[in-house]
Amino acid sequence: MRKADITTELFDKIGISKKEGTEILEIILSTIKDVLKKGEVVKIAGFGNFVVRQKKERKGRNPKTGEEIGITPRKVVTFRPSQVFKKYVNLPESERTPEPAVTVLKEDKEDKESQDHKITL
Amino acid sequence: MTKAQLIEKVASQLNGYTRRQTEIIVNAIFDSIKNSLAEGDKIEIRGFGSFRIRKRKNRAGRNPKTGDLVTVSAKNFPFFKAGKELKELVDS
Repeated sequence: MRKADITTELFDKIGISKKEGTEILEIILSTIKDVLKKGEVVKIAGFGNFVVRQKKERKGRNPKTGEEIGITPRKVVTFRPSQVFKKYVNLPESERTPEPAVTVLKEDKEDKESQDHKITL
Repeated sequence: MTKAQLIEKVASQLNGYTRRQTEIIVNAIFDSIKNSLAEGDKIEIRGFGSFRIRKRKNRAGRNPKTGDLVTVSAKNFPFFKAGKELKELVDS
């Protein structure tokens, strides 16, 4: 499954156009990347946490030649799946939650603003 | 950052969707990744990383309270591998 397959599913399940689905997916990905770049945690309830971990310097070996090499200290991203996610991938198909069939309708922004205006009056 | 803050951020950059609608869309995206893994598929997102299932074998464990030897049964484990771009981004 790739990005395009995710947006196809979004269209099938909640009626979001592929163009907008792609836009939304890109915003999510770039936001997560920005946060991780700052070294902060991203916690997605029901999914898992993306954490940046500092790795110390250690010795490694070239697996081909057996030659010893130093591995420099570095930061790495790890993903810790939530309990829900860990359980979910072990459930038989019949016990997985069926996805709700909802349609997200885009609102006309101007309409909404004029409505808000009416309320304030 | 929490999911609520992520939704807030996405909603602020989108035109024409309420916060509640954005929440449904964001949840649908993470659900679709979860379902895909549950079905045994893997997900590859360029520049970000990939999600796939790692199989954990049966292993011997101990009840931490009583010290009794128990068998921890084999299971699937959701695994994420950061892509090249993300790796370089956090280590720069």
